[in-house]
Amino acid sequence: MSSQKAKDVLFDPVFKNNPIALQILGICSALAVTTRFDKAFVMAVSVTVVTAFSSMFVSIIRNYIPTSIRIIVEMTIISTLVILVDQFLKAFVPAIADQLSVFVGLIITNCIVMGRAEGFALKNSPGLSFLDGIGNGLGYSVILLTLGLVREIFGSGSLSLPVFGTLTVLPLTSDGGFYVRNGLMLTPPSAFFLIGLFIWGLRTVYPNQVEKD
Amino acid sequence: MQPNETDIEESKGFDPNSTSGTFIVAVVLCLVCAVAVSLAAVGLRDLQDRNAKNKMMRNVLIAAGIWDDTKHTDADIPTLFENIDTRLWNLPAEGKPDGSFNTELSLDSYNQEDAASTPAGSIEIAADADVAGIKRREKVSRVYFVKDDAGKVTSIILPIKGKGLWSTLYGFLAVDATTRESRGITFYKHGETPGLGGEVDNPKWKQKWRGGDSSLQLRGEDGKVSLDVVKPGNASTASQIDGLSGATITSNGVENTIHYWLGPDAFGPFLDEFASGKLDVASADNPAAAKESETPEGESSPAAEGDSAGDGNSAS
Repeated sequence: MSSQKAKDVLFDPVFKNNPIALQILGICSALAVTTRFDKAFVMAVSVTVVTAFSSMFVSIIRNYIPTSIRIIVEMTIISTLVILVDQFLKAFVPAIADQLSVFVGLIITNCIVMGRAEGFALKNSPGLSFLDGIGNGLGYSVILLTLGLVREIFGSGSLSLPVFGTLTVLPLTSDGGFYVRNGLMLTPPSAFFLIGLFIWGLRTVYPNQVEKD
Repeated sequence: MQPNETDIEESKGFDPNSTSGTFIVAVVLCLVCAVAVSLAAVGLRDLQDRNAKNKMMRNVLIAAGIWDDTKHTDADIPTLFENIDTRLWNLPAEGKPDGSFNTELSLDSYNQEDAASTPAGSIEIAADADVAGIKRREKVSRVYFVKDDAGKVTSIILPIKGKGLWSTLYGFLAVDATTRESRGITFYKHGETPGLGGEVDNPKWKQKWRGGDSSLQLRGEDGKVSLDVVKPGNASTASQIDGLSGATITSNGVENTIHYWLGPDAFGPFLDEFASGKLDVASADNPAAAKESETPEGESSPAAEGDSAGDGNSAS
């Protein structure tokens, strides 16, 4: 029973209860960091780590959080974790840390992290909260990686994989290839369109996600 | 977060919602978080500093056209830097409009970025001269001489910075040692819009600054900065370069930045002196050059070891 619950908590947010596609949380960063796949990947990992640990820590001290300063306490924990992630990125993957620049710091304001601390961690055990954080991080990651993949391939004709380096997928006409780059893909609105298509796809598979008029 | 758990053990029976309880939780949480952040900041500083230093050196190499992302890693930087001489140059100051090599500061310990923001290490730029929009600039700047295998200086790399649309762009400009042409440009820090102003990082645009097919004249015969960043597709003379499409303000920022840094208030006199042969850093028998090259290794002048405050006193 409890292992079934753990599994649900972990995997439900990926498609059935996706934080971006169903709860419409964390959209801003999904627009900003998905022009390249490797950026999206590092951002996805960072958000997953922060959500998981912040939920866990909030859950650990949930019985000792004064209700009057509840949000500030959650915020302090989240900010601390984000600063730690930022410091680690700067120390170990400086090139990507440079590219993500302020967006790592802005994880603090990502509604998913706060939403899970407030909506789940305050009422559940540390272990479950941790899994819930991972699950929601995965849900966020699925969208980010999809956007990063599509936007980079069609916007820049390339695919930058972490560790493996950048591959040319569609040679650009400007480099003597056949593909005319789609500039729209590099602009933030394209992320909105793609998220829209993603939601459409999801709601075709899970019709119960469709809102009633 | 361990301390938090022990606090919980100790605080059995206490009411977090009472006024004192609220304060206790707030204080303990802040302390724990502050300690965690400080530990990470202190523990990772060495790595971060090394990354920052490598990044600078890498960008000098990029500006010089030596760096190849597909072949080189950070481990190659010392080898690649063997053909590059780094010197400190006193930028023009009040009463000393020509500038000179700096013999007082240590090359290893001089932190140019810090100096640029301290009152002792920098000067205020008069509003009418401040075309780059940076308000202050350092008194002493690093300059990099790139030499060929025979030891002859082929290009000079100068640190530049200036305001774009949203942010200050920091970078390096490579100037040919004999002609007045551009040999490359790179920006290592900026916050321009990705895809528009952020295209200052675009390899194809940077390629134009390399001067491959058509040379790009930075300064005219009279020593004045002639560079002109024009609307995309309109570059016709040797001094003109296509700007970035959709990023007029960033393009103008780059133009203004170069006008300031190659102008009379910054590196103009240095480049003039170098062009006239007075600063032949390549030949070892040149007294000025020989003296300079001792400074970095020597490190024997304890007075010079000091921070930029010492420099400030001597200059004022």
